[in-house]
Amino acid sequence: MNSDPTRLDSLWSPNRKASKRSESIVRFIFGAFALVSVATTIGIVGTLIFETFEFFQEVPFWNFLTDTQWTPLFKSAKFGIFVLISATMLTSTIAVTVALPLGLFAAICLSEYATPKTRQIIKPLLEVLAGIPSVVFGYFALLFVTPLLQNIVPGLQGFNALSAGLVLGVSITPLIASLSEDAIYAVPRSLRDGSYALGATKRETIISVVLPAALSGIVSSVILAVSRAIGETMIVTLAAGQNPTLGLNPFVPIMTMTAFIVQVSLGDTPAGSLAFKTIFAVGMTLFLITLVLNVFSFWFVRRFREKYD
Amino acid sequence: MNTPNTSDSNTPDGKVNLFQADMASRYRTDGIFQAITWTSIVIALLILAVLIIDVLMDGLPFINWNFLSNFPSRKPEQAGLLSALAGTIWVMVTVAVIAFPLGVGAGIFLEEFAEDNWFARAIEININNLAGVPSIIYGLLGLQVFVRLLGPNGWLFELTGIDITGGRSILTGALTLALLVLPIIIVSTRESLRAVPDSLRLAGFALGATRWQVVHNQILPIAIPGILTGTILALSRAIGETAPLITIGALTFISFLPENLQSPFTVLPIQIYNWVSRPQKDFHDLAAGGIIVLLVVLLVMNSTAVLLRNKLQKRF
Repeated sequence: MNSDPTRLDSLWSPNRKASKRSESIVRFIFGAFALVSVATTIGIVGTLIFETFEFFQEVPFWNFLTDTQWTPLFKSAKFGIFVLISATMLTSTIAVTVALPLGLFAAICLSEYATPKTRQIIKPLLEVLAGIPSVVFGYFALLFVTPLLQNIVPGLQGFNALSAGLVLGVSITPLIASLSEDAIYAVPRSLRDGSYALGATKRETIISVVLPAALSGIVSSVILAVSRAIGETMIVTLAAGQNPTLGLNPFVPIMTMTAFIVQVSLGDTPAGSLAFKTIFAVGMTLFLITLVLNVFSFWFVRRFREKYD
Repeated sequence: MNTPNTSDSNTPDGKVNLFQADMASRYRTDGIFQAITWTSIVIALLILAVLIIDVLMDGLPFINWNFLSNFPSRKPEQAGLLSALAGTIWVMVTVAVIAFPLGVGAGIFLEEFAEDNWFARAIEININNLAGVPSIIYGLLGLQVFVRLLGPNGWLFELTGIDITGGRSILTGALTLALLVLPIIIVSTRESLRAVPDSLRLAGFALGATRWQVVHNQILPIAIPGILTGTILALSRAIGETAPLITIGALTFISFLPENLQSPFTVLPIQIYNWVSRPQKDFHDLAAGGIIVLLVVLLVMNSTAVLLRNKLQKRF
């Protein structure tokens, strides 16, 4: 190509054709990679719908919703999903009760009170807390928090919703803290200055000006955290037990939706059996609940975001 | 304090001023409020400290060479986590090999190639939603697709006689986890690409380069530290995942090393779960030992990510 300098075309041969061809090949391959995420969604939804449909061929939908017992592995099987949902609600409610004040106050502190230097130290530490694997939190809940609480709460059983919920709350606190802090930090300085000029103190400014302005971000962070708590598996499986009981007593063993899926998966369940289909029906319920929460959270931010320029 | 007839609250014309600035008590409440916010941070960090100290006190006595080089055993004093450690390394390398090109490629496509049309927006919404799906749901997907459809006795095997995944194998686990962390890699790739200023792209186009030539030669080298950081963080998420692997049926008692991608396997978090869920105290302490190993691996990965971000990233 460039061996003979006397020929004009050898001096400059951009070969547009080849580069355009490689361009379209790359574009095609990377486009296919991007479609993998779509395929994942289709796979998840398809799998869940297919097996859930099979499940409802054997179990009437009405019983699924209204039974007050969950005994799918017994001979007289009962499939009252609300037994599992109530357990999930219980642990998630305890978790949010812990995580909302803890995370929100931490966010306020990081954004409004902490100096840049302290912020630089604290934020990575909170990220460490966020990065702790859930099985480690499960260990902590079962073998540290429960024995500790048993000294305070008489009659607390070895497996219980209380310590699972508390530790679950700790595990979602960094999520609320970091997303809320983003929202609070984004509130423009001029709003704060305006409030100070009217004679408000720092706390009054935060509570009546900054927090309302950041409300959409805070609410959406809490909803995302709830959704995370509902889908969390290892903490509730290890610490809350495997005992499906309907009711909201936090001191006794319960069984969440995720814990049920783990229980069945640990045993040897042949494909096509009713137990196998059951975990997909439970998975579908879980998927729908978290999907609704996630979509609601996105919608909430878009609908109620205060824009400042 | 609340008596309105103090001298400083009277206006010059003699009327009583009902407005009480009352700064002292407002500042006092301010102080209490600030103390509460600091307390919540202290509580969160204290719990982290207690968790780590608790694990270290229970587990450190068990960390020795035998613990790292023995297979799991029914006798706690002989038990080790060799097979879990080997399984974790196998799975993580496979996840990286699968998820890195897929995630980076998809990220490049969405950020550099795709036009802003309904298709790109649909993929974007889809990725946001996938990031919110509980990990155990991915386990159900893996169970159905990789174990049943693509495994032995599966749909593909009956059609063609090909068994791709080998059932409840390393490959199945890695594929499941790769799908789980794919959104994280895609999002971090896009953010790194977006941070590269447009002027560099325009300069490349002006010189006659195609889009891919610009991305490949100019943009990627600048964005790669950010992309690698995101990938390492995604892998450190995958390394601690337990639920999806239990769901696809990863065995908990493995006393051999994996030989290929179709071998059955166990990983560190599953081994930890297995030990925690036994009633004997000795196994609980073994679990603490396993947690220490897992946390050290995570610490190494995350510090690598932070170092990469700080040392290699260019700012414009």
